[in-house]
Amino acid sequence: MIFNLIYRSLRQHLLATLVTAGSIALASGLLLTVWVVKTQSQAVFAATNSGFDAVLGARGSKLQLVLNAIFHLEASPGNLTAADFEMIRHQREVKTAIPLAVGDNYQGWRIAGTTESLFTDVEYMPGHRYQVGRGERFFQIGKLEAVVGSYAAKKLGWQVGTTFHPSHGLIFNPQSEHHEETYTVVGVLAPTNTPVDRVIWIPLEGVQTMKGHNPLAATELSAVLVQLRAPEAGMMLNLRLNSQGSRLTFAYPIGTIVAELFNKIAWFDQVLTLVAWLVAVVASGSVLVSIYNSMSARARDIAILRALGARRRTVFGAVVGEAAVIGLLGATAGFAVFAGLAWSVAALIQAQTGVVLNPLQWNPVFCWGPAVFVGLCILGGCVPAFKAYRVSVAEAIAPVS
Amino acid sequence: MPLLEVKNLIKTYAAPGGNRDGASAIHRVVEVASFNLEAGEQRALRGESGSGKTTFLHLIAGILAPDSGSILLAGREITQLSEAGRDRQRAESLGYIFQTFNLLQGHTALENVELGMAFGHGVDRAQAGALLQRVGLGDKLGHYPRQLSTGQQQRVAVARALANRPKLVLADEPTGNLDRRNAREALQLIREVCRESGAALLLVSHDERVLAQFEQMQDFMTINRALVTTAAQN
Repeated sequence: MIFNLIYRSLRQHLLATLVTAGSIALASGLLLTVWVVKTQSQAVFAATNSGFDAVLGARGSKLQLVLNAIFHLEASPGNLTAADFEMIRHQREVKTAIPLAVGDNYQGWRIAGTTESLFTDVEYMPGHRYQVGRGERFFQIGKLEAVVGSYAAKKLGWQVGTTFHPSHGLIFNPQSEHHEETYTVVGVLAPTNTPVDRVIWIPLEGVQTMKGHNPLAATELSAVLVQLRAPEAGMMLNLRLNSQGSRLTFAYPIGTIVAELFNKIAWFDQVLTLVAWLVAVVASGSVLVSIYNSMSARARDIAILRALGARRRTVFGAVVGEAAVIGLLGATAGFAVFAGLAWSVAALIQAQTGVVLNPLQWNPVFCWGPAVFVGLCILGGCVPAFKAYRVSVAEAIAPVS
Repeated sequence: MPLLEVKNLIKTYAAPGGNRDGASAIHRVVEVASFNLEAGEQRALRGESGSGKTTFLHLIAGILAPDSGSILLAGREITQLSEAGRDRQRAESLGYIFQTFNLLQGHTALENVELGMAFGHGVDRAQAGALLQRVGLGDKLGHYPRQLSTGQQQRVAVARALANRPKLVLADEPTGNLDRRNAREALQLIREVCRESGAALLLVSHDERVLAQFEQMQDFMTINRALVTTAAQN
């Protein structure tokens, strides 16, 4: 019977029910989004290394080095010489060393110079090598050819045969002139869901010797991406290059360095989470207010139910149940809000970093989030329920004769 | 043994601001030494507004608890029951018809009648439909109270009062909000359905036309000594 009472009350107060459930849905969607993006981005960013264990760069911030060489964000902290590259390449702990030179862009899309071995020798994820489409190929050293990351190609509308002129600098300036060299796209990389997807790749010497660049820097590199023979070997290199040396920075391990980034912005995380919780509390408060405000009008209905034999605990349960159902409806609809919000945020993160989040991947918040909302709504419902519990039948059912 | 047996029933209210100390004055509303009603009997009580007759019905229904006295309904002492016990007793054994109908506006006619069963023996949709059919509203099961005339609303209230197969139906000014024709029809209907179901009927009213319909009619003033005492004090 109590379910019938709840259903009919919700039906009778349909507009208020929908508005209140809508506010719960927004709050729930926001909380789920904040939580999922927060936890998943930490995990995904920390796991993003494009298949490398470490990065060698000029003396400076390890985080800046990783952001520049792995995530293709930020500027390089400085340049390395060809000798530095040879030095690291011949360390016994190093399995593969891939040179990287940056400094140009095309309409804001980063152009990176490297060697073909990046595509042929490296697994960007265990068991996954870079691939291009049928009939396409990787660039050849010495030629003005380019391989384009999938996301950049899609956004630029590029395909094999497209030609372009690089612009100087990492940031696009419409006023600046572009380089004279004309590059031709010879391959579009299959999606890797890594920052590589946002980059236009050209042969290393293309960046180094492009007209307009400093001739003295023709052999310099921005960074060297390093694969180790054994992960623990990085500790030795770390000791030799960072502690005992003073000219180079060996960023290792990459995941730990990225985690530092999240530690630095932890306060922002906490603010977002706090805002989400506040929204949750306000939304559940709206359940309280919505039902409570209607209690004066409902007092007579409750008195009638009591006069028909309903016990106090029945009307209490009906009001609490109504709040719980509103919470449940809102939390359920919150998944739709979450889907929309989270996909938007994920698309933004992909556009900015190339890192792809999968918001629909299982997260414990999918269980406890809605449960918390229903719980808060039940708590909010207890206040008007107590008022319903205390309704005086004789007074509310007037007139008295 | 009577279906309803009331003895030495007293109910008082605290009237605010009664004396110079600001303390509440005690106002005795009901003082009934003895009142009996047999099973299946139909009796009317005459009483003016404020005479305590609604309070008297509320006490019998267990909506209010008396200060003292005894109410024996179908062999069960109501005054000894807990509030939950009185609720159950009301749900299972009593029907109540109000002057203002007291239908739930968010419920259809059928759902209102089902409410009359819900807290007692359980909902029987077929019986609820049959009761509405009996009171002439078989074609309005899905109508909401606002879609019904006042006379039709009172018919729904009558059907609801009979829904739990009560032993006793209490009717408080059941025709007070109806025009003369509807009042006559409603009263006739109440009496018929009570007779058909074997329920006793205790009706209170101040309307002489209503009271005149009853073979058994009593002046509430002769029962409620609180009124006599108050009149004497005045």
